[in-house]
Amino acid sequence: MPLTNRLYDVVVIGGGNAGLCAALTAREAGASVVVLECAPRHFRGGNSRHTRNFRSAHASATETLTDSYHEEEFLSDLLRVTGSTDEGLARLVIRGSAECPAWMRRQGVRFQSSLRGTLHLGRTNAFFLGGGKALMNSYYAAAERLGIDVAYDAEVTGLDIAGDGFRAARVEIGGESHDAQGRAVVLAAGGFESNIEWLREAWGDAADNFIIRGTPYNKGRVLRLMLDAGAESVGDPRACHAIAVDARAPKFDGGIVTRLDCVSLGIVVNKHAVRFYDEGEDFWPKRYAIWGGLIARQPDQIAYSIIDAKAVGRFMPSVFPPIAAGSIRELAAALQLPAETLQATVDTFNHAVRPGSFDHAVLDSCSTEGLVPEKTNWAQRIDTPPFWGYPLKPGITFTYLGLKVNERARVIMAGGAPSGNIYAAGEIMAGNILRKGYIAGVGMTIGTVIGRIAGAEAARHAN
Amino acid sequence: MQIELLQRGEHMMTVCNACRYCEQYCPVFPAMEERRTFGKADLLYLANLCHNCGECLYACQYAPPHEFGIDLPRQLAELRIASYEEYCWPASLGGAFRQQGLAAGTALAAVLSAVMLASAWLFNPGALWRPNPGGDFYSVVPHGVMVGLFGGVSLFVLSSLVIGISRFWREAHHEPAVSLTAAGLARGLRDGLTLRHLHSSGVPCTTGEDVRSPWRRWFHHGTFYGFLLCFASTSVAAVYDALGWSAPYAYTSLPVILGTAGGIGLLIGPAGLMVQRRRRDPALTDPAQNGLDESFLLLLFLTSLSGLLLLVLRDLTAMGILLIVHLGIVMALFVTLPYGKFVHGLYRLAALIKYNLTTRG
Repeated sequence: MPLTNRLYDVVVIGGGNAGLCAALTAREAGASVVVLECAPRHFRGGNSRHTRNFRSAHASATETLTDSYHEEEFLSDLLRVTGSTDEGLARLVIRGSAECPAWMRRQGVRFQSSLRGTLHLGRTNAFFLGGGKALMNSYYAAAERLGIDVAYDAEVTGLDIAGDGFRAARVEIGGESHDAQGRAVVLAAGGFESNIEWLREAWGDAADNFIIRGTPYNKGRVLRLMLDAGAESVGDPRACHAIAVDARAPKFDGGIVTRLDCVSLGIVVNKHAVRFYDEGEDFWPKRYAIWGGLIARQPDQIAYSIIDAKAVGRFMPSVFPPIAAGSIRELAAALQLPAETLQATVDTFNHAVRPGSFDHAVLDSCSTEGLVPEKTNWAQRIDTPPFWGYPLKPGITFTYLGLKVNERARVIMAGGAPSGNIYAAGEIMAGNILRKGYIAGVGMTIGTVIGRIAGAEAARHAN
Repeated sequence: MQIELLQRGEHMMTVCNACRYCEQYCPVFPAMEERRTFGKADLLYLANLCHNCGECLYACQYAPPHEFGIDLPRQLAELRIASYEEYCWPASLGGAFRQQGLAAGTALAAVLSAVMLASAWLFNPGALWRPNPGGDFYSVVPHGVMVGLFGGVSLFVLSSLVIGISRFWREAHHEPAVSLTAAGLARGLRDGLTLRHLHSSGVPCTTGEDVRSPWRRWFHHGTFYGFLLCFASTSVAAVYDALGWSAPYAYTSLPVILGTAGGIGLLIGPAGLMVQRRRRDPALTDPAQNGLDESFLLLLFLTSLSGLLLLVLRDLTAMGILLIVHLGIVMALFVTLPYGKFVHGLYRLAALIKYNLTTRG
């Protein structure tokens, strides 16, 4: 690898969506570029490997998106989940998202047609044909065509920063140390979600029970190096995008197939067989984004979704089979839950269910009365065997604690001054926009728009 | 059928059905999404919908070395050969699908040619070396022998193919039952005859990571339509023969024109496919089927080569031997049709028609 003895215009640390968008944009602007990807080639692409779509503002229907999705609506969708945000940066991302699909197509990215596709997101989100790994393959192929150097298995262990300026990144490749020197650097190395030690600092022992849905390579090294170098941080160390996943999921990299969404069709109990939250509060997108955090706050970070035969076939199939039983007591035994309590919880719930007309497609007001907590929609008695149980754990997608940046993607250093030649994009700075919660596809939007800004700015700085 | 293969197939489909990122690549995925369980019949049907491109493998977040180890093109290829064996008639010949190879194909053609040469020499020793100014094939192999031999084998081959494909059709039965409609049939035929699922996203499918090439499809078209033209040539000749107008036919006659055009396709197509498959990413293929693929390509190529040579050299003394070698090769191709790669076309077509009647119906 021709890393040492070469001064690149732009060094990109991290080979996911944001990193490649930055690299391609910088190269298009004429800069010489190297991408340092921590993962081996097969697992390249960070968490982008596991993504599927990209939220995109648009004024009218396109090949991939139906109807229109304006800036204000996008912003209000974002604010509804995240509460507060850096509005200037958020608007920049939303506006920039409109022109991304055309640029992405030029890089060889293909999208699904808007006619089909799951999840009812056809208006707001453009789906990558084949998903995020196909997207990343297109980007890497484009990088090769354009003459961008890519180093795999390249772990950045140090940053040479003099004053506020980047000079080189220390990289370990196959046991050898190299210096990747650059006139500018784009930090796109992701969050710290796969660094269990760091998660433990924020969550205590609970962190040991988290499932990490994505890449095991996002250890937050670059984020830590920058914080140690005096960069300003943004976001709460506990804040993250977390969903409910099957407790039998692999510790890392289980991706999309471990998610479970039968919560709304039955009840969810903790390890004491007691309910703890309104399972019928809201539709899929919001439900999806909050249940990880809810389970993280339960004892041993585990919960059990209990449904009966009426729910079968009404939710996306899971990769793991349900634990089935002919009675609630048998199910309790199979799930190792206290049988008396589970029976009592189910009986109490069944007793509280009010008559209504069940419709999973709307907030149907089939609810309970007199329960704590109530179930406010889709409440049906759990009375028809076979009874199914799924164990659930919190599945962390990515963490929000990150580097504060300005609207040119420059990292803000201690004292509030932007760094001279250090830019950040993707998960490592998503906390500027996302404070809590999540809306589908916005992580890729942030990575793409800010990645392209960072790449363009870094190239301009280098020349 | 191996239980382990079915279990792997079920695991794979369970992962895919919980992911669905590939759903717009090809019919395998919409058909999969209609199902919640994946038994033998489901797996063998889905396997025959697969055109063995590489899109889903390269797009897969769970491809090896990921612990889920999903390699759909290869695993569906393994299930496909299992489906040929499963539905084969007579079942005792199912093992033939794994016995083939370049050597076996060549040997079979050589043995059949030798047997025919020996018979010709025994019954009509003079004919083999006689100059044949008119290219009179029947002076070498008598008309009755040729009709009897190929007629008998045809009947057997046809029965075997019909029984196999109807077993497949019945087992991949759909609930509720669907009836064959003209529109569904037409769409299924269109899908099969155009190979549209090898470029359905508007660009050719992958043949390697980041490698897109239309050549696999074009060479397949050359092979298939070449085969069809040769078949048409033979059929027209059979009709002529029944009308009392016997071979050899003039260069400008319909059988010769059809046969020549088909023969050229059947030279270029199989040769191109052979090169293509040897350059393909091994992750996409089932190594157990190399012999199956290559022996079929070889026999097609040799059929065409010997046929074209026979056409050009039919006035020479060597015609007698060449004719018998050609017939030996054709016979080898013919008897292996129900037990070779040929069946993939029938199963694929049946699966595509079923898909257009059910999922897209």
